[in-house]
Amino acid sequence: MAGREELIDAIAGFALFSDLTSPQLEGIVHTFDEAVFSEGERILRQGLSGSGFHVILDGEAAIVVDGTERARLARGDFFGEVSILLGETPIADVVATRPMRCLVLAGPAVESFLVSHPRVMYRMLQAQARRLRAANRWRS
Amino acid sequence: MAELTRPFPPGSYPVIVIGSGPGGLQVSYSLRRYGVAHAVLSADPSPGGMFRRWPFFQRLLSWTKPYAPAERGTPAYERFDWNSLLGEEPETCAIAPMFMDGSSYFPSRPEMEANLAAFAERANLEIRYDCRWTGTRLLDGPDGGDRFAVETTDGTYTCGTLVLAVGVAEPYTPPGPGMEFAYHYADVRPAETYAGRRICIIGKQNSGFELANGLLPWARQIILVSPSHAKLSVDTKSLVGVRARYVQPYEDHVLGGGVSILDAAIDRVERTADGALDVRLRRTDGGGDLLVTVDDVISATGFVAPLGDLPDLGLATFGASRLPVVTPWWESTTLPGVFAAGTLGQAAKGLQRHGLPANSGAVHGARYNARVLARHIAETRFGAAIERPSMARGEAVDRLATELAEGPDVFHQRGYLARLLTVDPAGGFRDEGIQPLAHILDAGGADSVAATLEADGTGAIYPILFTRKGGSMAEHRIDPDPLARLDASDARRVIADAIGRL
Repeated sequence: MAGREELIDAIAGFALFSDLTSPQLEGIVHTFDEAVFSEGERILRQGLSGSGFHVILDGEAAIVVDGTERARLARGDFFGEVSILLGETPIADVVATRPMRCLVLAGPAVESFLVSHPRVMYRMLQAQARRLRAANRWRS
Repeated sequence: MAELTRPFPPGSYPVIVIGSGPGGLQVSYSLRRYGVAHAVLSADPSPGGMFRRWPFFQRLLSWTKPYAPAERGTPAYERFDWNSLLGEEPETCAIAPMFMDGSSYFPSRPEMEANLAAFAERANLEIRYDCRWTGTRLLDGPDGGDRFAVETTDGTYTCGTLVLAVGVAEPYTPPGPGMEFAYHYADVRPAETYAGRRICIIGKQNSGFELANGLLPWARQIILVSPSHAKLSVDTKSLVGVRARYVQPYEDHVLGGGVSILDAAIDRVERTADGALDVRLRRTDGGGDLLVTVDDVISATGFVAPLGDLPDLGLATFGASRLPVVTPWWESTTLPGVFAAGTLGQAAKGLQRHGLPANSGAVHGARYNARVLARHIAETRFGAAIERPSMARGEAVDRLATELAEGPDVFHQRGYLARLLTVDPAGGFRDEGIQPLAHILDAGGADSVAATLEADGTGAIYPILFTRKGGSMAEHRIDPDPLARLDASDARRVIADAIGRL
């Protein structure tokens, strides 16, 4: 098990949190819950509401749409925010492909968290911009 | 005590349950109902677990309503009685209200302890007290045979199935410079010894606020501090956050009474020349660093699971409470055959839909987990044949409507446990009983409908159904009724609709 200090060190290196001071990082570690998932366990379920925002600390997960794997997520990646931001159910399953440890923030808490951490919101926007660019390139 | 009068001498048992708190008592009672032979071992001299000592200020957070909209002794009454264990005989159910003196609907600690002791006695639960678990070894037993050697102060026990109901009871203080000057909630002295003192409490959850509340008449100054903002249950509209009873220090803070509630990390604690303690704080809310000088630093930073040497044997753990990593059926994923019960059952987090945890860490949730766990152990490890009643479609609607209106399992463990009906190839449905929702959603299997209640943090409690058809799941939310009538005509229509699609 990682202590809080180790968690803070771990997330300090993530792009999403790279602008935060160390007391702010400590606040993040207290605000999010730590969750572990076994290999094969589903974290997001396509079509089912109520899931949270996840940041991967260790391990790996697959994004699976209608049974077909579309992408992999690893340490430092995050998922679950799209359905929360849009108020819709996820359009994919996210399944742990190895034992995975995440920081989790409940869906209803995401808006106030992002508004009170504008630098995290900016980094999330950057990540979304990259995803959008990649998707546009792929289409053209 | 003469050895002859103590049950369960060292030896081989199919199942060993460790713990005689509410978790151990309920698991033992339920295992016996399903015909599973087992031994119960406890380090304590009497039943009650943590309620033999805590809460510190001697009154619980979980209520029991002696007068409720449902009749005492019925399953529906359990919705209003969070503290009785689950018996099936008249003398073993709804015991908690019998011990309450009417001064509060939160039982006092002694009332709770008496309630638990009465359950153990009336149910004739056999427990070997004063028998402390000291170590564990893995054996090369055959499948289903003795896999674990459980060393105790009374000798060696062996078993194939080990159920831990040892609580999340080991005081935890986070490391940090000067934290040796702090002491834990578990070591707090009688309240009057804090007369006129300045106190810094680390932690802004219920235990921190409970201390602050109890010390309001005594302390000169109280500072509550932790990195994240205090959550209040009346704001989260759930059991997440500080309960209403302990909010008084917060009101004192916002009305300028002298309590300070700070969002800050502890940088370090130092002893001053005159014997006081300087606490240096780094604020997490963007403000500047702070120095506070106090007489006591108390860490209300929670407890961890006392898992003994099991992590050395490969039991994986996670999180601040060092809970075991378990399946939805509370079985260790890395040490199969080891199960978590009682407050340890919160290790199986479930779906936490809308961010709301189950109530597995409290008696009113853990007691249902224990019953489900006992059936699971009986069926999967001892081949017990438990009836799965068949019913016609119309009866299935009634069954689910009644479950949603009166069922205590799906009420206290909403979004976590569910009633599962599977489509019977011969027509109609089969009642598979109460199961963990995470298992139901992810395990695959026959077409089915599962019913539970749910909350989403808006304050409403509403029924929700999950149907599986051809392998894909769908959810059917039923609008909350303003008077909480969960079997209203609207609910029956949605149930009939969902079932009709299967």
